[in-house]
Amino acid sequence: MMRGITKRIGSIKFSCVSPDEIRRMSATKIITADTYDDEGYPIEMGLMDPHMGVIEPGLRCKTCGCKVDECPGHFGHIDLAMPVIHVGFIKDIKLMLESTCRNCGRIMLTAEQIEARRDDMSEMKDLGGGTIDLKNFSKETAKDASNKGVCPYCSTEQIKIKLDKPTTFREVDDNHKLTPKEVRERLERISDEDLRTLGMDPATCRPEWMVLTALAVPPVTVRPSITLDSGDRSEDDLTHKLVDVLRINQRLRENRDAGAPQLIVEDLWELLQYHVTTYFDNQTSGIPPARHRSGRPLKTLAQRLKGKEGRFRSNLSGKRVNFSARTVISPDPLLSINEVGVPFIAARELTVPVHVNEHNIDKLRKMVARGPEPPMDNGYLPGVNYVIRSDGRRIRVTERNAEEVSENIDIDYTIERQLMDGDVVLFNRQPSLHRMSMMAHRVKVMEGRTFRFNLCDCPPYNADFDGDEMNLHVLQSDEARAEARILMQVQENILSPRYGGPIIGAIHDHITGAYFLTHKNPRFDRFEAMDILSKLKDIDVPLPMIDEEGKEYWTGKQLFSIVLPDNFRTTFKANICQNCDFCKKEDCEFDAYVKVRNGQLLCGTIDTKGIGNSKGKILDRIARDYGAERAARFINEVTRLALGALMNRGFSTGIGDEDIPEEAALQIANYNQECINEVSELVESYQSGTLDQMPGRSHRETLEVRVMKVLGQARDEAGRVAGKHLGLMNPAVVMAKAGARGSMLNLSQMAGCVGQQAVRGERLSRGYWNRTLPHFNKGDLGAHARGFCSNSYKSGLSPTEFFFHAMGGREGLVDTAVRTSRSGYMQRRLVSALEDLKLTSDGTVRNTVGTVIQFKYGEDGVDPSRTVRGKAIDLDDLFAEVLGDDADTLLHIEDMDTGEDYGSREKDEMEYTEEEDGEEYDDIDTDFEGGSE
Amino acid sequence: MLKHDLVPEHHLLSEEEAKTVLSQMGMTCDQLPKIRNSDAGIRVLESIHGPITEGRVVKIVRKSETAQEFVAYRLVTKG
Repeated sequence: MMRGITKRIGSIKFSCVSPDEIRRMSATKIITADTYDDEGYPIEMGLMDPHMGVIEPGLRCKTCGCKVDECPGHFGHIDLAMPVIHVGFIKDIKLMLESTCRNCGRIMLTAEQIEARRDDMSEMKDLGGGTIDLKNFSKETAKDASNKGVCPYCSTEQIKIKLDKPTTFREVDDNHKLTPKEVRERLERISDEDLRTLGMDPATCRPEWMVLTALAVPPVTVRPSITLDSGDRSEDDLTHKLVDVLRINQRLRENRDAGAPQLIVEDLWELLQYHVTTYFDNQTSGIPPARHRSGRPLKTLAQRLKGKEGRFRSNLSGKRVNFSARTVISPDPLLSINEVGVPFIAARELTVPVHVNEHNIDKLRKMVARGPEPPMDNGYLPGVNYVIRSDGRRIRVTERNAEEVSENIDIDYTIERQLMDGDVVLFNRQPSLHRMSMMAHRVKVMEGRTFRFNLCDCPPYNADFDGDEMNLHVLQSDEARAEARILMQVQENILSPRYGGPIIGAIHDHITGAYFLTHKNPRFDRFEAMDILSKLKDIDVPLPMIDEEGKEYWTGKQLFSIVLPDNFRTTFKANICQNCDFCKKEDCEFDAYVKVRNGQLLCGTIDTKGIGNSKGKILDRIARDYGAERAARFINEVTRLALGALMNRGFSTGIGDEDIPEEAALQIANYNQECINEVSELVESYQSGTLDQMPGRSHRETLEVRVMKVLGQARDEAGRVAGKHLGLMNPAVVMAKAGARGSMLNLSQMAGCVGQQAVRGERLSRGYWNRTLPHFNKGDLGAHARGFCSNSYKSGLSPTEFFFHAMGGREGLVDTAVRTSRSGYMQRRLVSALEDLKLTSDGTVRNTVGTVIQFKYGEDGVDPSRTVRGKAIDLDDLFAEVLGDDADTLLHIEDMDTGEDYGSREKDEMEYTEEEDGEEYDDIDTDFEGGSE
Repeated sequence: MLKHDLVPEHHLLSEEEAKTVLSQMGMTCDQLPKIRNSDAGIRVLESIHGPITEGRVVKIVRKSETAQEFVAYRLVTKG
């Protein structure tokens, strides 16, 4: 339960343990390598000694008298017959040995040098030098000291020391091996004062402690043995290793005491060193890893901590949690963007704690009385799974005891209520690459077995419904709920901090729908208009217009204006804009000039530039000027309206949409043939040497560039012809022009011609000797021989074309695979470097120590999600506000770029950008998301 | 070197100036980012002002993409 802070940790210091301390904290000395006796009881002074804690339920620890889970475990120790070196400290030991005299143990620096070093060190501390700086500085001191040939104090000639990885020291001149004993003696000679100069605190860490004379044995709770179904015991890897250490230790002691030959003792000593080394780290380079009987390398101490599956990354940085659920996701366009649909079965398991007080006790009594599975006659009602009494006891509510428990409820109890509509939960999809990958939603409990959410929320999660699963976490405290609601709710994340624009907005069908609703301002009679408007709640229906025959009608723009804020104004050019040389503005024949005044859409078509995610100007404007809540309402309403319009009209696309008349196909084929002939001519002139070399390029490069240009033209021309014949009312064309899905390039590849295939930005060239496939002549440089596909996807590729296309496609797949793994690793490193920086209230960015990293956040102190496309203020917008309609002329709206906007850098937009600024013959369509799942 | 377009301006602050700057920002000098006295920028400053001891503060004015000009401070340390 909640308690105040009784003790606060001021600082933590890591240091070495002395052999004395190992023995002092030891609960028992371990002398025998056996673990259990014949009856299956642990042997005293064995590795499973009950003094070191308990792992079997029912037994009591012999040291503290506690049961399993209460006893924290106690260390034991092994007295080593001969000292051995600790691998983890090998570098420090080497540094110590090198920087001190082999005879007198003084650091090999003169008194003045020592003085200077110490002064520098204390100064560093005063100026806020970190531990790492101090460590590096001490290392330098040691390096300086180790370069001396003669000790300045006792004038002893020094002998260079070499380290034979991993743990053997040798003196270079006579190849004399330094035994751990000798090493320890030398380290013992170093004075406390010299240790301080070397950056060690002799009170907590003496160097000779790095050569072990006693080995701490971890509690049994750290290395529990497992009882298999067959009744056999299986020991932990650490226990296995300790058994090895004990055995050799025992033999070494016996041999030494019996006065065995030096050679045998030394061999055993080395073996003990090996076992202790592998006990610490079984992946030490230079020695073979110790293996289990089955041949599997043992998992010893270092392996428990290291790497992705190690203690740090998987148990300390990551945690498994309760109150969470995971299931498949599916779409529901009728939910608000702030909602998430949770299936009944999940809602019955997930609970929210509610504190009982005098105001809610009656209500909660009723809820508890319903039990954990209330009848569904009147729809879903939340039940109660657990009641927690004021003394902390948990009572499970069952159908049988529900009545009784509900009567016993009192003030200060807590009940664990099942999920109900309106609860705040966190919703998340991996990989959690940015903060919008985890947002707070409002629960809506519903039938079915999947999580459901509004389609507009797909882009921030990068989700689709081809089998994706997502996680849901139920918040357990009021503080957490409040924080999540204010900071993490979907509507608060409409504007992305990545680029100051909306990341949540209309997608796909919403855009097509809005296009049909507003393009060329269609008329809807009363029946149609009401059909569309019936999708919206709480609206004022505008007065209808009257046509020539006296009939009532509503225009599409009128209907669209219903969802706009009352005083909304903006002017921009839609996605369908053709970029004419002279903009006719309001009289645009494509209806691409969007003008909104006083919340009325006066002219223009609403498409992705108006309401789309990442580009929607109207959306952007509302989120910025009218707040998150209004923006959320706008998205909800505009998408419903658009879907209503789309359903009213009806919309579908299919393979028939790529049909082009025969004469068009002929025209494309003819043009392709012309281009291919032109390429042949180019190749001929290259071979005869009459090709004009381009500046800075070889003959061959010139040819490639020229060929590529010609074939690029061929594809573009095919696309142009196909586009012309498809017409503007073609559904596929509508989707491409409005920015809903697909591009004109996709279409021209389907209807016109697939175009040149490329690998690494060049025409295909590899495969067989001097040719791509055996179907061509050696050295053929023509269009078809080098990967030009003159067919369209619809007409069907020839076998060679198909093969070339697969070659190009393969490169795309490999690229995506490589890119994701590499960027993932990069992000990991970046995150670990930046994770503990925070923005303080004075505007500076600081780390946990308080050191300034940046004097003002982003150098201008501006939140990127509040910026207008990365700029702190939108001057144009201010002009428009002050000057009214005059501003549009002044600002030259018609000159403003209509190309790709700030959203184009989005990852999920990558496929489009690739096509648009990539090389002209690059035709790889990279929608592989589905394939990876 | 300081005249190069890509090298930001370095100014050595007098002790009093450093003190006022620090008190204005409400920081102690150990919270400042560090710059080594072997840094090329510091060495150039040394050729102008004479030797610079550790603990002095350097003001760096650099061009910024977001705010046209940005002022940062560095504490000179040994290195």
